[in-house]
Amino acid sequence: MTDKVLTRITVNGVLHERWVEPRQHLVDYLRDELGLKGTRSGCEHGVCGACTVRIDGDIVRGCLTLAVQADGARVETIEGVSDSGEIADLQHAFLESNALQCGFCTPGMLLTADALLKSEPAASREQIREHMSGNYCRCTGYHAIVDAVESTRETRRLAGCGGDRHE
Amino acid sequence: MNDLVAPPVVAEAAAPPHIGRRVVRPNARRLTEGRGTYVDDVELPRMAHVVYLRSPHAHARVVSVDVTAAHAMPGVIAIVDGARLAQVCAPFVGTLSHMVGMRSAPQYAIAIDRACWQGEAVLAIVADTRALAEDAVETIVVEWEPLPAVADMETALAPQTPVIHAELGSNLCYHRELDTGGVDAAFAGADVVVEETYVFGRHTGVTMEPRSVLADFNPAERRLTVHHSHQAPHMMADLYARQLGLPEADVRVICRDVGGSFGIKVHAYADDFATVALAVLLKRPVKFVADRLESFVTDIHAREHRVKARLALTREGRMLAFDIDDLTGIGPYSMFPRTSVVEGNQVVNITGGPYNHPEYRAKLDVVFQNKVQTSQYRGVGHPVACAVTEGIVDLAAVRMGIDPLELRRRNVMEDDSYPRKGASGIVLEKLSHQQCLAKLETMIDYPALRQEQAELRKKGIYRGIGIAVLIELTNPGAAFYGVGGARIAAQEGATVRLDPTGVVHCAVGVGEQGQGTETIFAQIAADEVGLPLAAVRIITGDTAVTPYGGGTWASRGAGIGGEAVLQASRQLRTNILALAAAHLKRDAGELDVADGKVRDRATQATLVDFAELGRIAYFRPDLLPQGFQSELVVTRHYSQRTYPFVFTNGVQASYVEVDIETGFVKLLKHWAVEDCGRVINPLLLDEQIRGAIVQGIGGALFEECLYDGSGLLRNGSMADYLVPMASEMPDIEVAHVETPTRTSELGAKGAGEAGTAGAPAAVMNAINDALAPFDVRVTAQPFTPEKILRALNKI
Repeated sequence: MTDKVLTRITVNGVLHERWVEPRQHLVDYLRDELGLKGTRSGCEHGVCGACTVRIDGDIVRGCLTLAVQADGARVETIEGVSDSGEIADLQHAFLESNALQCGFCTPGMLLTADALLKSEPAASREQIREHMSGNYCRCTGYHAIVDAVESTRETRRLAGCGGDRHE
Repeated sequence: MNDLVAPPVVAEAAAPPHIGRRVVRPNARRLTEGRGTYVDDVELPRMAHVVYLRSPHAHARVVSVDVTAAHAMPGVIAIVDGARLAQVCAPFVGTLSHMVGMRSAPQYAIAIDRACWQGEAVLAIVADTRALAEDAVETIVVEWEPLPAVADMETALAPQTPVIHAELGSNLCYHRELDTGGVDAAFAGADVVVEETYVFGRHTGVTMEPRSVLADFNPAERRLTVHHSHQAPHMMADLYARQLGLPEADVRVICRDVGGSFGIKVHAYADDFATVALAVLLKRPVKFVADRLESFVTDIHAREHRVKARLALTREGRMLAFDIDDLTGIGPYSMFPRTSVVEGNQVVNITGGPYNHPEYRAKLDVVFQNKVQTSQYRGVGHPVACAVTEGIVDLAAVRMGIDPLELRRRNVMEDDSYPRKGASGIVLEKLSHQQCLAKLETMIDYPALRQEQAELRKKGIYRGIGIAVLIELTNPGAAFYGVGGARIAAQEGATVRLDPTGVVHCAVGVGEQGQGTETIFAQIAADEVGLPLAAVRIITGDTAVTPYGGGTWASRGAGIGGEAVLQASRQLRTNILALAAAHLKRDAGELDVADGKVRDRATQATLVDFAELGRIAYFRPDLLPQGFQSELVVTRHYSQRTYPFVFTNGVQASYVEVDIETGFVKLLKHWAVEDCGRVINPLLLDEQIRGAIVQGIGGALFEECLYDGSGLLRNGSMADYLVPMASEMPDIEVAHVETPTRTSELGAKGAGEAGTAGAPAAVMNAINDALAPFDVRVTAQPFTPEKILRALNKI
């Protein structure tokens, strides 16, 4: 087994200094080392998107990223963006549209949808479907998820904050 | 609101009822914030992790196992084989006595000496972490002697095919025939006979959260607590107790958040027993969470069917007889305890179900093979039966030049003809095929759609419209399992209690897997007790605190569980009124309840609220009259005993475009008209129907467990096994016809599976309608571009 590596990762605003195995995936680091269980391991192949988190503002797959790759970076998880209220509108829209059932995929869905609305504030329904295709949901049929993202697009547009990058 | 100016007594309008409203799920907020608790999120002191070493062969004998190196690995706690585990956990046989003649072989928690499918566990490795256990597995050397594998179900019963379980004498698990007697005469006298064979690809549920179990055995008390991602906690508690020889009273199963289930998590897996047995053996908590690769080779599969079908009609298009022959392969063991024959049995019972044909014959063969076990997955036989029925009805329509919608209109059972029986013998309380067809026709603007299709066809754009009428069995009584000897509760119970603060807690045996069960129970309790939804708390998923119940399956949660909640809540309301009458020294008949308050029935003036009644009942009973005792906890049970099942019905339509150069199918739109009786929450219902439709579409277009000739799965990862993605799915419009069941006061029937039942048929018919100009058809699901191009003779 390879020696552990000292990593310094700022997760949801808190600096964590840990010795981690180089083979440890970011999703396992978050779940097992830090107890941040909101990030889920779904397929372990980078396909389903349940492990989606942000590194330095960009969404990544926690199952395709090693924890050591995040050394020195800022990582944000569903717990962080929930506490900050950053995606409260999107979370509210998901509830109102019933865009979740079992909820296992939902944290990844929300972070992915938020990334779309920030990069494409006027995304069409087709663009939303296309962009969300890297996040699998087995419960809803996607219709309500697309509805929720669309309605958040509208509320953000009306609020005039579309396109603002949260830093 | 300003309390200072609020008058002491106000007349109030009754709050609108919660039942029937688009109520948002109160328990979903935590899931949007990542604060749910799935089994893998639970960590216990001294918790160990188990990894199973699984057979890489479809059929093989274990010659030798060398674990020397593994034992020396850091963090390795124990390495346990099947023989050792069998000392703790008894083997099990997945048979039901009412499936006359069915057989299966005993199955062990961990296979002993021989593996019968690729993926069957032969060794357990327990370590401090999952990673350490996996490291240890890599050092274990197993010498395998591969045995001939039975892969193809078509030859499973052939004389030259090896028999998987010698003691059974053949690879036949179950055979059934059903015959109304006049089928041959009906076909002989028919003006039109159509015949076609339908093939259904094996697929699986792919729950986003894999199967997970965390077994915690306390040897001091000999009490077992199992955190389980499961749909039927009481069933599992009973089975763990029996197989491990523990008193059921000392087994507790807890199901908190369940990350998708769809029937995948209603079964008792060998892995479950092994994990629990390891916790007992090792006297510490043991966690097993399937990784995605082992999910594909251990989660139950479903739908490997080949159905030959014939339909006889008069020249006027009146259906006379259906005749089907179903063959299905189920793996090497019938699944425990619900068996692997129910899907085939449903195909026999349901095929032809919406129609008036007098004659019916069906033959079913269920055979063993060396593949993953199959069993009940969402829809259970309905998607097969519906595709066979609706596929051959469409074929008849094409052959006879009758519009497919019209042919259905001529043959569906009339809405005023119930209660009645179907040709297979199924008893139907009340269905609404005619209303549903009429509603669908308007909803999709059928003439306009046909016109659009015709115009585009002239331009070389091939679109198709597919219709599928369906029936679905829901709200089962004991007919499914209880009569066959399985200890799976047919009844459901609910306990409601009013607390001193005026809040009602309601504990129910049926749990939540995301479909909104807890929300609809809260709606029912709020209306029937008479208080705001925010003052209701629902408790499910814990055998220690909820009434004994069957759980979630066969679309029974709302209809069976909901009625128990209704009955308990209604009695609690009566008891609250009795308390109020005693307290106020009034006649209970003069009082009414609404919005958590007791009012004067005549003046509508608020007299006392629930919190004040709670305060008096719990803390100041001395203020109540002698001889009066308040009863603020009520339990009621409900079992549906009028019919074996309460059938629902619906109709779906699919609009697709087939690219005849690439074979790709674009889903343009999907519609569903659904009659699940009384609608409790349309917001939740509609998305559940949509999700079920998408799962049905998955099987129709994408999902298949592909096996090679030696019984090895070729696409066991989510990168290789395709599931529907957002971009491929259409918008899905849902409408309702409400025909409440009279078997309960609630009137709700099940709704969770009809979408899956009808979608594959609708999509298949739409594709074949698009291909009609080329006079070719596809009938083998999934309808991949390759199959479509082959049908078009392009490859």
